[in-house]
Parts: sequence; structure tokens; C-alpha cells
Amino acid sequence: MNRSVQKYFPIFLLPTLIVFTVIFLAPFILGIYLSFCKFTTITDAVWIGFFNYPRLFEDIIFRHSFWYTVSFTIVTMMLINVLAFFVALALTKKLRGKNFFRTVFFIPNLIGGIILGYIWQLLLNGLLTFVGRTLTSSGKYGFWGLVFLLCWQQIGYMMIIYIAGIQNIPWELTEAAKIDGATYWQRIRHVVIPMVMPAFNVCTFLTLTNGLKLFDQNLALTHGAPSRMSEMLALNIYNTFYGRPGYEGVGQAKAVVFFLLVATIALIQHRITLSKEVKVTE
Amino acid sequence: MNNEKKKNNRYSFFLNLLFFIISIGYLYPVILILLNSFKKKAYISKSPFSIPFSEMFFGINNYINGVEKTGFFQALGWSFFITIASVIVIVFCCSMAAWYIIRVKNLGTKIFYVLCLFSMIVPFQMVMYPLSKLSNILRLNSPLGIVIVYLGFGSGVTIFMFIGLLKSIPLEIEEAAMIDGCSPLQIFFRIVLPMMKPMYITVSILQAMWIWNDYLLPYLILDLKKYKTIPVAIQYLRGGYGSIDMGAMMGVLVLAIIPIVIFYILCQKYIIEGVISGAVKG
Repeated sequence: MNRSVQKYFPIFLLPTLIVFTVIFLAPFILGIYLSFCKFTTITDAVWIGFFNYPRLFEDIIFRHSFWYTVSFTIVTMMLINVLAFFVALALTKKLRGKNFFRTVFFIPNLIGGIILGYIWQLLLNGLLTFVGRTLTSSGKYGFWGLVFLLCWQQIGYMMIIYIAGIQNIPWELTEAAKIDGATYWQRIRHVVIPMVMPAFNVCTFLTLTNGLKLFDQNLALTHGAPSRMSEMLALNIYNTFYGRPGYEGVGQAKAVVFFLLVATIALIQHRITLSKEVKVTE
Repeated sequence: MNNEKKKNNRYSFFLNLLFFIISIGYLYPVILILLNSFKKKAYISKSPFSIPFSEMFFGINNYINGVEKTGFFQALGWSFFITIASVIVIVFCCSMAAWYIIRVKNLGTKIFYVLCLFSMIVPFQMVMYPLSKLSNILRLNSPLGIVIVYLGFGSGVTIFMFIGLLKSIPLEIEEAAMIDGCSPLQIFFRIVLPMMKPMYITVSILQAMWIWNDYLLPYLILDLKKYKTIPVAIQYLRGGYGSIDMGAMMGVLVLAIIPIVIFYILCQKYIIEGVISGAVKG
């Protein structure tokens, strides 16, 4: 079987392999190389060693958007997971309008980030005029605006995953706990939560990476205003490339740091949750 | 017993009512956009929360303005073309690649599989600059060219998902077909492909949601004088100094949401299934 399929390599694998290499792998390797270069397009790159990296840590705005992004990610991860879990809990009960409610919570997910950004811009600016402010009065307003927006968008998605997790809990388990006299909250704490751990892992992973990589919503809602104080990392990197001639090398170095941040957090999260999942099955 | 049932009924009634109110609140941002799309420009920022009555009412003029300013229907056409073409190409190529990878186990396919996993944690900003320059050199700036770019970008996660799904297909059927003299091509197209139909739907939907809403990739790669997708066209309404024609914006936002709602109504079941199985695999 193995050998006769192998002969068909040019038909089955080669086209995808070539495209993957040209579109993803080559730009990735080129990106790492370019972060050690001075350049204005990819053909005039000159090797300058580590020169770009110290410059990026001197960049106050980059440092600001680094911490802005990290705190945003932590806040949204916690809020979305907690809210989605409780909504899922409520919507797995015998409720008449259950399907309608699920649909309502899920729909914002299908709307793209740019559209969402402008929808929330109108709503939040309208609300903030009552206190004489706008979304771009300070970085804080942009921060909480984005938190609201992302929660609104992603609670439904995570809710679906949690619902699947809750529905997978064997019926006997909760029933046994009930007979043993466990109260509702005890059942949640000791039966439901440990059993939905796999769903929790997926949702933490998704919310973490989504938060870190947020771009479209940021671009549409505040565009980084005022004076780049609501600029998250992805937008900061974009603006360095396309808004500041002569800083392409620094931009690429920022991108490498950004990649390392996302990869490290994703791997750490994966490790932690793997160890947790083992405990549950023991 | 009877008493408890009554209590339960009342409880479920309040929960229903509570969720009904929350649902209305949840949909409010979209309702707000809909209301404002019928208002004269000047009133949208001034009093976003009032209902468009006589002097504020602007009929469908916002829609006409928005469609004219953004070239909405052209953008809609290109969005459709790019999404559908990319999804077909991605699903076709990646399912073949995935099948080859799990049937031919050697060092090469193993490395490619690991690279696919790796590509999933690389943020777009990391490859953004080299990719946009590279695709310019390769003249991928047309809607057909961007399909290839999407294949390169989507292949990692798609191959990963297909491999997860393909593991459930028993090897015995294929071996029997092989003994009967089927070539690998016949095995794939006559036996594996029909069995994978549900997987194709799942993967297609997840990819379509991503490509339809993607902003940055088409913005950087397409020749924007000729081709725009919907998110790109909407972002174009923001003028050079951040000024936005709010009237046109409201109209276009409503128009952009309509296809999404239709898509959801038509494919609700598959979308939910896609999210769940995507989450389990991810």
C-alpha cells in the first residue's frame, strides 16, 4: 500500500507542498533573515546583525502596546471563558427558547472584525457622549471598548464548545452526585467543571491567541487613536512597516518578537492544560 | 412533588424571560446600526439612540450613497468569488495531501506534518511583509492569484484537520480495493472522497468564515484599484484623516451583515458542527 501510493507523490502532495513552501515557509525564513537586515524592499537587504532588536526595546510605543496587548489578552481570556461557561450552563437546561438564544449568542461570530469595529464605534461613542468622552479620549476607553467588542463576538463561539463539553458528560455521573446529596453548586464544582476541562483548554487556547493577534477590530474601532495609545501589537507592527519609511527592519524584528510571544504562550498553555487533563482522568 | 414542579416551572419561566431580555440586549448593536441606516448623516453621531422620525428620516439614501462610494456590489462579487474558489482549492488539495501523509509514512511526510502544525501558531504579521513583496514579484495580485495565497496559508490548519478526521476511516476497505487492482487515484476518488463528505462540509465552512471576513491579506495583496473585498471596501470609507461618512457607513454595514445572516440560516447545523469538531481537533 505504502509504496504504490508513494509513486503518486507529484499528484497528491507536490502542488500543496510547493504552494505551502512559497507562500508560508519562504516568507517565514525570509522574515527571520530580514529582521537582522536594513532594507526598504526585500531585494536590497543589507545584513546589520542584532542592530534592529535593541531599537525596538527603546521604542516607548512598542513597549506600551506590548503590555497593552498582554493585559488585554488576560482580561478577555478570563471574561470570555467565565461568561461563556455560565451561558452554556444555562442553555443546556430545559429551556423553551434554548435554540433561539444559542443562535443569538453565536451570530456575532460570523461578522468580520472590520464590520464589528464600526458597529461598536457607533454604539460606544454614543454612550460615551453622555459623559462627554469618546472612544479616543484616552487609551483606556479604547481598551475597554475592545474588551466589550471581543466578548460580544466570542462568547457565542466558546459557548458552543462548552455546550458540547457539558452534553458529553455522562448522565449517570451527575445523577449519582445528586443521589449522594451534592448541591447544585457542588455538582458544578466537582462534576461539571472537571469534566469540561478539555473544552476549557480549547477555549483558553483560542481566546489567548485571538486576543494576542487582534488586528481588524483594533483598526476599525480606534485605529490606535489617541496618538497610538490604543494600538495593539499587530497594529503596531503594521504601522511600523507601512507608516514609517526606513523602519522596515525594526518592524520585522518586532514581528519576530511577536511571533515568539504568541508561540511561547501557546506552548506554555498547551503544557499546563495537558498536565491538568491527565489529573482529571486519574 | 407537585409543589416542586410548580417551582421548577416558575424558575424556568424567569430564566426564559431573563435570557429573552439578554438576547434583545445582545442584538441591540445590530438593531442600532439598522435604525441609524435610515437617518440623515448629521443625526447619526449627534443622536444615535433616537428613532429615525420625520426630519431625521433619510429613506434609503444612505444605502445608495454607501453602495456608490464603496462599489459594494462589485466587492460582494469578488468576496464571493475569492471565498468560493479558495475554499474549493484548499479543500481539494489539502484532503489529497492529508491522505497521502497518513498513508505514506516516511521522514518527508512527517516533517511536512510538523511544519503544518507549526504554521498554525505563526501570526500573520510575522510573514506579512516578505509575503506581500513576494506575491507582488510573483504577480499574485489578482483574485485568482490570491486563491493560491490562501491555499498556502490555509493548508497548515486544513491538512491538520483532515488528518484528524481521516484517522477514523478504516484502512481495510482501501486495502481490499488495492488487492482488487484499484490505483491510488481510484481509491482516493471512488472510496475515500465519498466517505469524507461530511468532513468536507465541516472544513469548508470553517475556511469560508475565515476567508470571507479576512481583511489584511486581500488589502495587502490585491490590486486595490481593480479588486476589493467587502471588508476592504468598508475600511475604504474611512477617509485620509480618519473622517468617516457615517451615513454611507451605516448603509454598507447593514448590507454586509445580510449575506452573513442568510449564510447562517442556511447552514446553521453545519456551522455549529464545524465549530465543535474544529475545536476538538484544535
